[in-house]
Amino acid sequence: MTGTILFTIACLVVLGLLFSVVLYFVAQKFKVEEDPRIEIVESIMPGANCGGCGHAGCHAFAEAVVKAPSVEGFFCPVGGNATMAKVAAALGQEAVEKEPMVAVVRCNGSFGNRAKTNQYDGYASCKVMSALYTGDTACKYGCLGLGDCVSACKFGAIKVNPEKGIAEVDENKCTSCGACVKACPKGVIEIRPKGKNGRRVCVSCVNKDKGAVTRKACSVGCIGCGKCAKACPFEAITVENNVAYIDFTKCKSCRKCVAECPTGAINAVNFPTPLPPKPAPAATPAPAPQNETENK
Amino acid sequence: MNKLIVSPSPHVHGKQSTNSIMMDVVIALLPATLVSVYAHGLNALMLALVGVVSCVLIEWLIQKFIFKNTVGWCGSAAAVTGLLLALNLPPTAPWWLVVVGSIVAIGIAKMTFGGLGQNIFNPAIVGRVFLLISFPVLMTSWDASGSWFAVDAFSGATPLGAVKEGLANGLTLSQITADNMSFSEQFFFSTGGSAGELSSLALLVGFIYLLCRKVVKVTIPLTIIATVFVMCGIFHLVNPELYTNPVFNVFQGGLLLGAFFMATDYVTSPMSTKGQIIFGVGIGVITVLIRYFGAYPEGVSFAILIMNCVVPLINKYCKPRRFGEAK
Amino acid sequence: MKRTFRIGGVHPNDNKISKNAAIEVFPAVETAYISMAQHLGAPANPVVAVGDKVKVGQVIGEPNGFISGYVHSSVSGTVKAVEPRADIAGNPVMNVVIAVEGDEWCEEIDRSTDIVRECSLTCEEILARIKNCGVVGMGGASFPTHVKLNPPKDKKAVALILNGTECEPYITSDDRIMRERPVEILIGAEIMKKVLGVDKCYVGIEENKPEAIASMSAAAEKFDGIEVVVLKKKYPQGGEKQLIDAIMHRQVPSGALPIDVGAVVQNVATSLAVYEAVQKNKPVIDNSVTVSGHCMASQHNYLVRVGTPISKILEVAGGLPENAAKVVSGGPMMGKAVVNLEAATVKANGSFLIMTAEETVRKRESNCIRCGKCADACPMGLEPYLLNKLARVGGLYDELEKERIFDCIECGCCLYTCPSNIPLLDLIRINKAEVMKIMRSRPKK
Repeated sequence: MTGTILFTIACLVVLGLLFSVVLYFVAQKFKVEEDPRIEIVESIMPGANCGGCGHAGCHAFAEAVVKAPSVEGFFCPVGGNATMAKVAAALGQEAVEKEPMVAVVRCNGSFGNRAKTNQYDGYASCKVMSALYTGDTACKYGCLGLGDCVSACKFGAIKVNPEKGIAEVDENKCTSCGACVKACPKGVIEIRPKGKNGRRVCVSCVNKDKGAVTRKACSVGCIGCGKCAKACPFEAITVENNVAYIDFTKCKSCRKCVAECPTGAINAVNFPTPLPPKPAPAATPAPAPQNETENK
Repeated sequence: MNKLIVSPSPHVHGKQSTNSIMMDVVIALLPATLVSVYAHGLNALMLALVGVVSCVLIEWLIQKFIFKNTVGWCGSAAAVTGLLLALNLPPTAPWWLVVVGSIVAIGIAKMTFGGLGQNIFNPAIVGRVFLLISFPVLMTSWDASGSWFAVDAFSGATPLGAVKEGLANGLTLSQITADNMSFSEQFFFSTGGSAGELSSLALLVGFIYLLCRKVVKVTIPLTIIATVFVMCGIFHLVNPELYTNPVFNVFQGGLLLGAFFMATDYVTSPMSTKGQIIFGVGIGVITVLIRYFGAYPEGVSFAILIMNCVVPLINKYCKPRRFGEAK
Repeated sequence: MKRTFRIGGVHPNDNKISKNAAIEVFPAVETAYISMAQHLGAPANPVVAVGDKVKVGQVIGEPNGFISGYVHSSVSGTVKAVEPRADIAGNPVMNVVIAVEGDEWCEEIDRSTDIVRECSLTCEEILARIKNCGVVGMGGASFPTHVKLNPPKDKKAVALILNGTECEPYITSDDRIMRERPVEILIGAEIMKKVLGVDKCYVGIEENKPEAIASMSAAAEKFDGIEVVVLKKKYPQGGEKQLIDAIMHRQVPSGALPIDVGAVVQNVATSLAVYEAVQKNKPVIDNSVTVSGHCMASQHNYLVRVGTPISKILEVAGGLPENAAKVVSGGPMMGKAVVNLEAATVKANGSFLIMTAEETVRKRESNCIRCGKCADACPMGLEPYLLNKLARVGGLYDELEKERIFDCIECGCCLYTCPSNIPLLDLIRINKAEVMKIMRSRPKK
């Protein structure tokens, strides 16, 4: 009996030693030499591997930053300026401050604003739907509300509001990685600066149809009338293809355009006071996302 | 007029649904169930009912309280598992045995993998094997006193069990004579074995129904039976005193039940015809090996479980013949 | 034994409820909307301006590139507008809108009903006529016929196959023309045989059309080298590759064209259009269209001028019933759901189906039970369940390519047969497009 036990123990010990030696040599053989700074940078990274920076993941980003002569041109949208400062410090460089950005859904065509003209009955994916036809409303440009952006978002920052049927961004969670922008077949989502104190103005419409067509399809569509462009003191607004666009590099968030817009397609977000000049219904600000997150 | 519906093509759908398929399987198992009730009375009926009810109930409870989603739930699939499990037990087994089997079959073999379509092993077989290992006496013997009919044959063990025991005691087959049954006895009705093994004819009727309803294909059962027959034939020719004859092996020990209804389970069998042939041959070979050389008299359940393991691999390497590829 | 293709296929109920409705000439419309994108390839360039007077058969759109085609006016009248209009899917397409005045045809067109069999034109002249008359594949793909009849010099056709299978349920327009105009179809085939330099022509017809088989067989007796082949009823027999497999027992390899196995497939309706173009100088200005559905009061086959609004066709056919839920252009397996009923017909429209919600609404999706029915049904020998699984992960284009997603012909058999109602084809279709795009972007070896 004792002999068997001893024999078993001896066998296992010999086997263990044998394998550890083999493992040691294998590990030596396949060892990959890597710049130690890559590991350091990677440890600073958020580790979301979202690809928002344009690299395959955090490791690829770290590799690229270490190899590049300077951190300029590199930005981690998830970690933001704080992470980039740490990365720059680790590499002995100065970081370049970048304005915080946020994904903006440029469509306000909720069920109430944009009536359904037909009923979609296929796989719930915007991509499938838009490959098939123009969509279940008379607007062929707006948000389809089937949530390809939701499944693309790794941070749970975008949701399709079931009462409105359009995607909404939770700006506290959004890292502006741009995954939703790529996922949206309609090109409705744009990455824009968050603005001072989160205050910003944006045209919530991408409808390129002529004004009359847009008006029929949606009550808050941009009809390309150009009133906003005339009202803008900073020449930040251009109207092209029947739709206005606010250049965020020029916009000073004065909100003159918001008051001017006849359909309410221009949205002002996170302003504490209502508009002073025209108490138009158009000026209703978008729902404040902060409240939503608090509720969760 | 209402709003037009718009969807990608195709705009029509075939008649089969998961539910209709599972109900077809239940219907196909009814002849075998009726035979077992005919032979063993109300206890067999009670087992079948308890099996179905407990499986459906357990799956529903797990869906409701653990998955918190009963939307796409398919009760008929659980009913099939329950009925199969009951048919895999001795007809005189106590009711709690089925319940224990159901808990293992549904709770462990099916729902831990994610429910319908996700399991690797056939739930009914996992349940049966669990019971077989945990309650070997209850699972392999029974008294025939509850029967409506006077039953004289094999009150202690299955024919396969009797053979195994006899051989282990140094007897030869001609001395045991357990495999010396008439063909009609084997095919139409015999009293040895678990509830689903009584009548090969009843199983065959059910299987033909499934074939006609285009629920299953004949590939897997055919390859299993052919493999067992051929392999046993070879062994039997080499030494008829040690190895039972092939006909006896095909009709005994739940081979037909396993081949017709359990190996053909969609979820745990390969997709392509090539894969199904490999799967069937594998089950046949392992069954024969266990029966002739293993510790257990019966090997179909183990064979199916073992082959279930390799199904993902088979699916990966056995592709259907693509259009345009040379034969 | 009747022939059929060897891999996969399904047997949907054929619902040929309009098969006994003879083709009626559709009444004239007030305004015709003629699309410039009636063929595969680049849309034609409109060559008329607002205010121009046009006659029936006059060219109003010229080809814009090699794979493109002529578009002709199907009515006489005044051009009211040249503007983008929404097609059946709502996408804007350039249209010439013509206010109809009378019915004045171009003089070159032979409007008599006499059947002309003699053809003294050379192959080049025939091809030029086919091109100038804007003949496209009428089976639905609308590939320009003159391109298909002019294969690269290094590839030799062995046989012409006329596709009279009409394997899609409901549609009967090809059945009707085969019953009503068999000789003209076969003269078209004879002309195409001449152009291709082949001796053999097979006409594939499924067994559920005995009248068409009888009439085509009777007509074929007077022609050399034309054989009517009766095929088993199985969908998608009308798929080009499936039909070649069924008739010639040859499988077109992946990525190759039918001409690589020596076959050229043309629809019977295309053959009729070729006859009219070559022998009568008549461009494609009308085509036969089935208007059918169990919910409709009556079933119809119409000879409809190109550019007739769908709403007008439905109105003449008895109006959309109260319970109609879906209008499909084409068959129920591969047809497109119509979003915009104001869109007008194009050359390749073969049918409009009206379906109720009960007939067509998809059932709720449930778990895949790995039954493998989709793989059994796939006529290309693919594994739709696997493609769908990979597609749902997203981005696995290399794996999808390895599983040959590009071979998918989008016939819909997988989705039709799936007992769990998984929308297999929906995802496969868009991922196939993505994979094809990646494959095309690669440098050619």
